Amino acid sequence: MTLDYSAILEDRYFDYLVSGAITTFSLALAAWVAAIILGLLIAAVRNIDFLPTRWFCIVFVDYHRSVPLLVQLFVWYFALPELLPQAFTQSINRGNPEVFFAWVSLTLYSASYMSEDIRSGLRAIPPGQFEAARTIGMNYAKMMRWVIFPQAWRLSLPPLVNQALILFKGTSLASAIGVAELSYQARSIETQTFRAFEAFSLVTLIYMVGTIMIMFFGDRLVARYALKRG
Amino acid sequence: MTVTNEDPILQIKDVHCKFGNFEALKGINAQLEKNEVVVVCGPSGSGKSTLIRTLNRLESISAGQILFEGRDIYEKGMSVETLRTKIGMVFQSFNLFPHLSARDNVALGLIRVLHRPKKEAEQTASELLASVGLGDELHKKPMELSGGQQQRVSICRAVALEPTVMLFDEPTSALDPEMVGEVLSLMKTLAGRGMTMLCVTHEMGFAKEVADSIWFMADGQMVDRAPVSDFFSGDISDRAKSFLKAIH
Repeated sequence: MTLDYSAILEDRYFDYLVSGAITTFSLALAAWVAAIILGLLIAAVRNIDFLPTRWFCIVFVDYHRSVPLLVQLFVWYFALPELLPQAFTQSINRGNPEVFFAWVSLTLYSASYMSEDIRSGLRAIPPGQFEAARTIGMNYAKMMRWVIFPQAWRLSLPPLVNQALILFKGTSLASAIGVAELSYQARSIETQTFRAFEAFSLVTLIYMVGTIMIMFFGDRLVARYALKRG
Repeated sequence: MTVTNEDPILQIKDVHCKFGNFEALKGINAQLEKNEVVVVCGPSGSGKSTLIRTLNRLESISAGQILFEGRDIYEKGMSVETLRTKIGMVFQSFNLFPHLSARDNVALGLIRVLHRPKKEAEQTASELLASVGLGDELHKKPMELSGGQQQRVSICRAVALEPTVMLFDEPTSALDPEMVGEVLSLMKTLAGRGMTMLCVTHEMGFAKEVADSIWFMADGQMVDRAPVSDFFSGDISDRAKSFLKAIH
């Protein structure tokens, strides 16, 4: 059998690929934005000296770190809707429940890892920085905002770039609950044309465009904002 | 010692400080008058740093009382942030903010804590830095400066808030020998302008020349408090005598 890309690039299959790519990229972006915000929130709350909130953060993060992402997707898509109020489930089902629950699981999963990345950045700031900020009369919020966070995020950046890569590729698991993203579309093309190599090599290439973009911009950010210490 | 009729700026009354089972301060009594320059010395582990860190509440005390301008620093309604703007502190390892330029290090407190307009704060910071000979280094980051320059920036950062007292925690101990002089001479200038200062340092030359009194501490206790002339003429405890002998 000879390779023939034209067979899978005809109108219908080309549309599959384009819509799959759009779903993959937008799902990844939406989950990334939400995860960064949630991750910051978890890291900040976890630092507060109040046991109930601290324990909530620990349990939340450790659940998402110890259960496979695929299982989390199943839990959200198949199991939890049974427990959610019916009105809520119905309103989601009117839209696109597969994409919605994929977004929720990916966000929670990534936020847990990102909160740990952010926390490790915070821990790397020397105690003298906290003391110096306190000494010029800053309260906790000002200290975090103007002194600690501007240094910590630079230290967290490399692991956060890593996490963005994992998140981007993790969207492929959403195909298991029926999200028509890139790898789902590749499967469709493959079952309809029997051109497995063509379909998956092309999709591989599209994934690599995404990951190389993330790595490129990540490296640029890291280089630009690298924190130099005396 | 400067004689005034005013209340002492700082009164330290039977102050204890514990870290777990270790008692770092075992009942310290002392007071600091307005315009007074005091050098605190003593062997390492004697509680000097702990003592000055209790004064702006970087360390909490376990018993006793500290009065700043006559008010208990732990009193209800006493804002610890306001207290700290009035008590400047300089650290051994400078602790400049590495992501900010020299000027922004000095301006940060003016802008974010004292809410001065940004332009005005930057102007003040630039002038202050220029007055300590750093007019050409305004836009450099701390790591681009020498140790002595960094310490001068950190003194400006504290002075910019116009504190009533300045605390120095071994400000020259982390410096290369040739940079000690520039920092000490800046401290001398501050003292000359009437700044009230409490300096933990082993620079006995500075003490002789600039200080009004010496506090000698050992094992968490205040062993001697003496006017500088008495201290160096030998009117002190044996403990302090052997300390002086050891560091010379």
